[in-house]
Amino acid sequence: MRLKWRSGLTFEVFNYSFLAFLAFITLYPFWDSFIVSIIPMGEYLSANVHLYPKSVTFEAYSYLLSMKELWNSYGVTLFITVLGTLINMLLTIMAAYALSVQELKGYRVMMFFIVFTMLFSGGVIPTYIIIKDLGLIDSLWALMIPSAINTYNLIVLRSFFQSIPKELEQSAKIDGCNEMGVLFRIVIPLSLPGIATITLFYAVAHWNEFFNAIFYISDKNLYPLQLFLRGMLFENESTYSGGGDSPYLLGPAIKMAALMVATIPILLIYPFFQKYFAKGAMLGAVKE
Amino acid sequence: MSLINEQQLKLSSAEFHASTRSGKKSAWVIIWRQRYLYFMLLPVMVYYALFHYLPLYGATIAFKDFNIMKGILGSPWAGFKHFEYLFALDKFWEVIGNTLIISFSRLLVGFPFPLIVALLLNEVRLAVFKKSVQTIIYLPHFISWVILGGLMYNVLSLDDGAVNNLIQSLGGEAIGFMTDEKYFRFTMVLSMVWKEFGWNSIIFMAALAGVNPQLYEAATIDGANRWQKIGSITLPCIRNTIAILLILRLGSIMEAGFEQIFVLYHPGVYSVADIIDTYVYRIGLAEGRFSLAAAIGLFKSLINFILLVIANKLTRMMGENGVY
Repeated sequence: MRLKWRSGLTFEVFNYSFLAFLAFITLYPFWDSFIVSIIPMGEYLSANVHLYPKSVTFEAYSYLLSMKELWNSYGVTLFITVLGTLINMLLTIMAAYALSVQELKGYRVMMFFIVFTMLFSGGVIPTYIIIKDLGLIDSLWALMIPSAINTYNLIVLRSFFQSIPKELEQSAKIDGCNEMGVLFRIVIPLSLPGIATITLFYAVAHWNEFFNAIFYISDKNLYPLQLFLRGMLFENESTYSGGGDSPYLLGPAIKMAALMVATIPILLIYPFFQKYFAKGAMLGAVKE
Repeated sequence: MSLINEQQLKLSSAEFHASTRSGKKSAWVIIWRQRYLYFMLLPVMVYYALFHYLPLYGATIAFKDFNIMKGILGSPWAGFKHFEYLFALDKFWEVIGNTLIISFSRLLVGFPFPLIVALLLNEVRLAVFKKSVQTIIYLPHFISWVILGGLMYNVLSLDDGAVNNLIQSLGGEAIGFMTDEKYFRFTMVLSMVWKEFGWNSIIFMAALAGVNPQLYEAATIDGANRWQKIGSITLPCIRNTIAILLILRLGSIMEAGFEQIFVLYHPGVYSVADIIDTYVYRIGLAEGRFSLAAAIGLFKSLINFILLVIANKLTRMMGENGVY
């Protein structure tokens, strides 16, 4: 009995420490980068592992925040995140709702038309040529319209809508609601966790927009945040000489400051959405 | 309000007439009744036609000598010229090899690990601890590869990175995680697992939550220990979920992670890091050889399609819904 209890305890200790270790290695890189962004160059070069800062300077941040390019790309990203997500949700909700009605004539054909695109794609180069022919190169629409619907999100939201009892919709119709009324008064209010989850997925995808931008945007004035950040982090030749100092005199601090400035908004909204998406993602996953 | 009623009256009278005539007519009545739904689907179908089906037609340039001035339709046909060229090209097979090596290593480590994490989390009874760990490990899923790449450069850099500082202070030799051809793929695989293991554990947690608790109670009464319960109850109960996820993962084996590699690779590691997607990007956009790049893309799409169809067949054989 005593032996059994002890082996159980060993496991508990191992389990809790191992999971705490996983949490630590997930957070540590963020913490380390934050420290690097606020310590002077001298301390960066001398210290081995920076667990905490010995002295603090906001030189890197003040340089960074004076860069016109940062604010510009921040504006671009905010714009495509807000407007892009609106477009995403409008189209995805309409598609998911219409296709959740299985008595719809032509339902199977339309569903096949949509799901087939998950199985076979023309590839990035033909897509690029089409976008170019549509005149969307170096336009912010190229970051919102071609990715207006994510088929996976559409299918998840559709299964959310399908889980709403049909009786509710029917009684609303008897009370004089048309399809639009049913959508806005019954279906959307009852699917808020699902809608919140999908909204978060779309918004994060726009905030992290990188893939489409490297294909379709070459005008530096239209660079979204991630492209600006990539320039700051990985390009050795600085094209961003705002003032007299080159950012590379400030070295790693300014790179990490830029990284923090791009990460902080996500860290701020993340805890609020976390409870929603864990629930939402699970529901979607279970229903699949 | 009165307007709606009027419309409904009109509708029901139309229905009445329709039901007395042929069946074909009543189909039109149903379509008319669902006109709002079709109205909602119109922009959706236009979207899919423009941005998914038009590129499919555009993919015909893989069989043409595409000239940007002549356009997709006007460029002359070239048959299988580009494919013949590709299949004889060493670089092409190197790129396919890299894609498969990176993908399979990721599957090998990245598939079982979230399952193990979910099983371990499931054993935690302290709710606060469980929630906090979950919240933290889901986080990297939402961070872009540009940001994570910056974090990696900071932590893994050869001279001043925390990891190499630690290795050196323990008496080891600094490792070029991002610069050394020997370690680059290892770094890619491990960082991908680091980013996604928490998120991928969600689906296993959902499956675990679906296991009937009475089974555990019965096993406890029979004197089963923790490992026996995991081996005889938990794993058999979620076997189907595991199998289906594995099959689906195999269906996307040609995706080795474009954004990650694109952000982190450099000419010094091309021979081990270049995957199909990065190669297509360079050939197509940097060198402007559109037809060749489209041919590679089409080849990849075809393999992907075959894998997905097989994966779906297999999941259906297991009595599940599959992806489509």
